Amino acid sequence: MTTAVKAAKPTAVKAAKATAIKQRTLPMLVMAVFTVYFLTPIWWLFVGASKSSEQFTSTNPLWFADFDLFTNISDLVAYREGVFLRWLLNSVLYTGGAALLGTLLAAMCGYALAKYRFRGRELIFNVVLSGVLVPATALALPLFLIFSKVDATNTFWSVFLPSLVNPFGVYLARIYATASVPDELLEAARIDGSGEVRTFFKVSTRLMFPALVTIFLFHFVAVWNNFLLPLIMLSDERLFPVTLGLYTWNTQVNQIPELRGLVIVGALLSITPLVVAFLLLQRFWRNGLGAGAVK
Amino acid sequence: MRKRLSVLLVSVLALSACGSGGDTADTDTAAASCAPSSGPVTLTYTTWIPGIEKVVKAWNDKNPNIQVKVQTGPNGNGGTYANFFNQLKAGNTPDLGHIEYDALPSFRVQDGLFDVAQCDIVAKAKDQFIPWTWNQVSFGDAKSAWGVPQDSGPMALFYRADLFEKNGIAIPKTWDEYAAAAEKVKAAGGYITNFSQSDINQFAGFAWQAGGRWFANDGQQWTVNLTDDKTKKVADYWQNLISKKLVSTVPPWTTEWDNAYNSSSAWTWVSAVWGANSIMSGAPKTEGKWRVAPMPQWDAGSTVAGNWGGSATAVFKNSKHPYEAAQFALWLNTSEEALALLNQEAQLYPATTAGTKLPFLANPVKFYGDQKIYEIFAQAATQVTPDFTWGPTMTSTYANASDGFKAAVSGNGTLSDALAAAQKQTVETLKSQAIPVKE
Repeated sequence: MTTAVKAAKPTAVKAAKATAIKQRTLPMLVMAVFTVYFLTPIWWLFVGASKSSEQFTSTNPLWFADFDLFTNISDLVAYREGVFLRWLLNSVLYTGGAALLGTLLAAMCGYALAKYRFRGRELIFNVVLSGVLVPATALALPLFLIFSKVDATNTFWSVFLPSLVNPFGVYLARIYATASVPDELLEAARIDGSGEVRTFFKVSTRLMFPALVTIFLFHFVAVWNNFLLPLIMLSDERLFPVTLGLYTWNTQVNQIPELRGLVIVGALLSITPLVVAFLLLQRFWRNGLGAGAVK
Repeated sequence: MRKRLSVLLVSVLALSACGSGGDTADTDTAAASCAPSSGPVTLTYTTWIPGIEKVVKAWNDKNPNIQVKVQTGPNGNGGTYANFFNQLKAGNTPDLGHIEYDALPSFRVQDGLFDVAQCDIVAKAKDQFIPWTWNQVSFGDAKSAWGVPQDSGPMALFYRADLFEKNGIAIPKTWDEYAAAAEKVKAAGGYITNFSQSDINQFAGFAWQAGGRWFANDGQQWTVNLTDDKTKKVADYWQNLISKKLVSTVPPWTTEWDNAYNSSSAWTWVSAVWGANSIMSGAPKTEGKWRVAPMPQWDAGSTVAGNWGGSATAVFKNSKHPYEAAQFALWLNTSEEALALLNQEAQLYPATTAGTKLPFLANPVKFYGDQKIYEIFAQAATQVTPDFTWGPTMTSTYANASDGFKAAVSGNGTLSDALAAAQKQTVETLKSQAIPVKE
């Protein structure tokens, strides 16, 4: 009996190890496939951006030829008196500004809905929540007609103001505020004589911080990629965000084929801020997702 | 008759855009005449012509009282036309807009344009334009002009002189010879051309040359005829080349497409005058080897050309300064200074008779072995048949046809099938937009 057990044990361990490896290999494989799938276009973009326009058509699209990335970038920046840089700056203003302010608004709104009891609370929440279901594209044309009424189309505000709204952020903020800000703590703050606004900024936002980063990131990406609204609102090139500017160039490739190279380099540069934002903030983001999931 | 149509359409629009009925009536009276404004005016002009700022600056420097402000966006079908329609609804269109010939009828049908023929300066300038370009803005009505013709795209044959010579193939003068040459080119390891599968405009240029007449408007209703005999002849001709795999079929305006020319796989391109620049920048390795010849003919000895592209400068109905807008549009499209700048910045080819003879178009072009290629196009510009009319829903007609073209190219159905389907869908689109159409 004992010998049998002794003999059986190593094989059992081996078998367990084997299944463990199997169990790990499959997910790794799936993930590897997806990583390649998601990174290939970016790789293509990077390689393409590093080529001269002649080599772009005639060499392997997934491997380098002469490395002209920096020449291409300086061409891009010099083209039409640096209008591309202006577009990048606009995008940062629209996106950074709207994401910061929008996150603050969403946080306040979600917090209020989570922590205060008042009449119509659920109604307001449900109305906001139904806003999640309305795609931003469907609102672009009505917004244009409304802004036309007050003669405010083709202005910075015509893109900035609608971008502040983020119903999904309100939803997230409410969920997180419920989970991470204990009522007892607010009670203690009140007893210590802290006003509601001060409590919100000094206590609650700290507790909600991971959630706020998540909201900020979502919002940042949504506004950065929002294309239809500026397309419909803006006709002054100096106000374009980078997405619209590049698209405009891309539609002119028939007439000015040189633009294709600039569009590719521009596309590479235009995704860089997104990548940077994600790399810097993903630590917080992961925490935020985890916190929300457990509680 | 035409008035009745527009009145009908205005009322339809007023019904659908609730509450804007009053506005429409106001602008109707405001825009009824073309009187000069008093005092300085500022005009807005929306266009996607690259480098237009330089041209407009030349005007602004000389006309302190009529300042033009440029607005821009993607090309027409890429979004700017949709924006124009939205702005028409909201009543805040620019004064002037860049509209291609094939889109002009859709704006006319929506009653969005000002009839610039009401301005005496424009009516007087009519004879400066090549007659068929004028027809593109007048729709055949001698008393109207829904824009000032800006540029045109007369077509000719770009061919690789070196390859034709080396293989002892004669330059085709007729489409029959072109098909025969296609066999020889295939035998020599190339394709005679690339058939533009998703860009239906090139095919439209072929049909235009052959005498196809896709749309007609008798003032009361539209007739759609994408499948007339002439068009069918053209469709069958290209279907034959596609079926025999004598042409390559990569999508146009892509890197593969550039590469087909750059790597000497495609030997000719029947294209418009602006195609000269497409080859130059898409196929830099082939410098000096291309030449231009007149477009192949359906009947030996005839001289008919097709047209691919071209646009007008239109004045929108809401403009408060139609006279000044028309003045600017005329300068932009007739003055030597502006035409030279437009050609230099954006390769626009003039729509005026004098424009095609300007000195900068008489120069030999190095890329084409110092051939004076624009002489061929100047000749072609006079040979385009004048009575081709575009329909009021070209965006969807193109989309419908190009779906079928893509299928035909990959072996499902034929180009004729695609046109028949597009015919049916176009009639339905017109009906759904309450535009009167003959079944």
